[in-house]
Amino acid sequence: MVVLNKPGIYNVGNNIINLKSKPVIITEQKGGFSVKSLNAWYGHFLAIKDITLDIPPKAITSLIGPSGCGKSTFIRCLNRMHEVTHGARVEGQVLLDGEDIYNKAADPVAIRSRVAMVFQKPNPFPAMSIFDNVAAGPKLRSFRSDRHELEEIVEQSLRQAALWDEVKDKLRQSGVSISGGQQQRLCIARALAVKPEVILMDEPCSALDPVATLKIEDLMQQLAQQYTIVIVTHNMQQAARVSDKAAFFLMGEDKAGSLVEYGDTNQLFTNPKDRRTEDYITGRFG
Amino acid sequence: MSSMEHYSYNRRKWVNRVMLGLCAGSAGISIMVLLFILGYILFHGISFLNLSLITNTAKPMGETGGGMRDEIIGTLILVALATAIGLPTGLMAGIFLSEFGGTKMASAIRFIADVLTGLPSIVVGVFAYAILVRPLHSFSALAGGVALSIIMIPIIARTSEESLRLVPNSLREAALALGISRWRTVLSVVIPGARTGIITGGLLATARIAGETAPLLFTSLGNYFGFQGVLKPISALPLSIYHKATSPYSVDKEQAWAASLLLILMVLIISIFVRWLASRGRAR
Repeated sequence: MVVLNKPGIYNVGNNIINLKSKPVIITEQKGGFSVKSLNAWYGHFLAIKDITLDIPPKAITSLIGPSGCGKSTFIRCLNRMHEVTHGARVEGQVLLDGEDIYNKAADPVAIRSRVAMVFQKPNPFPAMSIFDNVAAGPKLRSFRSDRHELEEIVEQSLRQAALWDEVKDKLRQSGVSISGGQQQRLCIARALAVKPEVILMDEPCSALDPVATLKIEDLMQQLAQQYTIVIVTHNMQQAARVSDKAAFFLMGEDKAGSLVEYGDTNQLFTNPKDRRTEDYITGRFG
Repeated sequence: MSSMEHYSYNRRKWVNRVMLGLCAGSAGISIMVLLFILGYILFHGISFLNLSLITNTAKPMGETGGGMRDEIIGTLILVALATAIGLPTGLMAGIFLSEFGGTKMASAIRFIADVLTGLPSIVVGVFAYAILVRPLHSFSALAGGVALSIIMIPIIARTSEESLRLVPNSLREAALALGISRWRTVLSVVIPGARTGIITGGLLATARIAGETAPLLFTSLGNYFGFQGVLKPISALPLSIYHKATSPYSVDKEQAWAASLLLILMVLIISIFVRWLASRGRAR
């Protein structure tokens, strides 16, 4: 964290800041992606083709597009979850804070704790209590764990996920005993507990009702102050409501998904540059 | 309704009734056979079943009285030996097949396990005889335990593979996405999710081998002097049922009935325990 309190021109990280009057606090700008010529396959099937884009840190980037356009595949490439599927492979570069996560020396296990993930369907561990669900990351990543430390992490993560007040009296109950919306926030808390820089969300609200969806959206905006958030969504209103940047994906004639347009959410929704983007957001197809 | 539609409706109704009847009949027959065996053994064995049968050792041939304490202990030791070898091996094979089983080698292992499940148990006995009894120059409890474990391994491997596969993939992904390593995911997320199924498979395999006779004929042989160590012959309930049922003395025949009842009760208790455990797992 850097505090700038005198006017002047500063170089923080790679950003030039021209400070005129008010003091500003600049938190460490970690968690930005730079994706270069990314291709991803399932066996012989090319799922996404030649994706190049930069995802800014501490902001919400949404990925939109019709089904099968490769948004989910793309997001799974950002924490090396793509390769978990049998026969799947990736080519190209994904730089996280300047370092290629597909570098030979990079350990996927370590990367996944920096880039956490929330899935489409809430998936708390059914055999574990609410407490153990949140504690699972820190606990199962090390051989020993300090009870007191875990309790702190669990409370902090649940508070961050805006779930603490609802579950603080039933931490011993099963993780699947709460409602769907609460389960999804539990999954977010579980992801926060490993202290990531980035949170990937693959259609996190598609299994939830509108009220629960709204809560998650509020939560995302809270979290974007500290974390980079990348969200895949089918819901264009949601993308427009929550995200700072938006990327539009489309499946090409060869069935491989590619990036059609990427820019500020406002610009993309009000003044799209590509004809296909306009057709999609105005509901002409998809 | 036209007459054509009416005809086909009636026909469908009758076919349905006949098929339902056949299914119910087959189910009835299979249950009847079980009830008949249970009833027959209960009828013959119950009058000879008493405490001294469990607490006393055998009397010399032809003498009345005596019990089967050594045989019961022998069976328990054999089952324990077989489980000690078969449970970890089978379970780990099951984990391999389910979690790392996308390869050609895994399909081969799966196929071999299926073949092994169907292997006649007497062949397993001959095999254990060849690899343990002959080199050690002695029938032994160990050879019996190994023979039984060979029967046990494929059953446990396949049942635990099946129950591990039932654990939804989303849970594996959830754990991996938290930066938890593969082995830790399997150990702390996947196996607990399949716990009930794995325990059920293990206990059913145990119940199955507790009653095996053929593999013991060439391996543990039988022994009239009680347990003398794992490298010496050992007696077992199924073996002594076989010997006593073919003996000319009526007192032996009575004991064979009682021992059969005892063996069935042991297996029944294991099965009921399994049911109880499985239902408890579902209720949670």
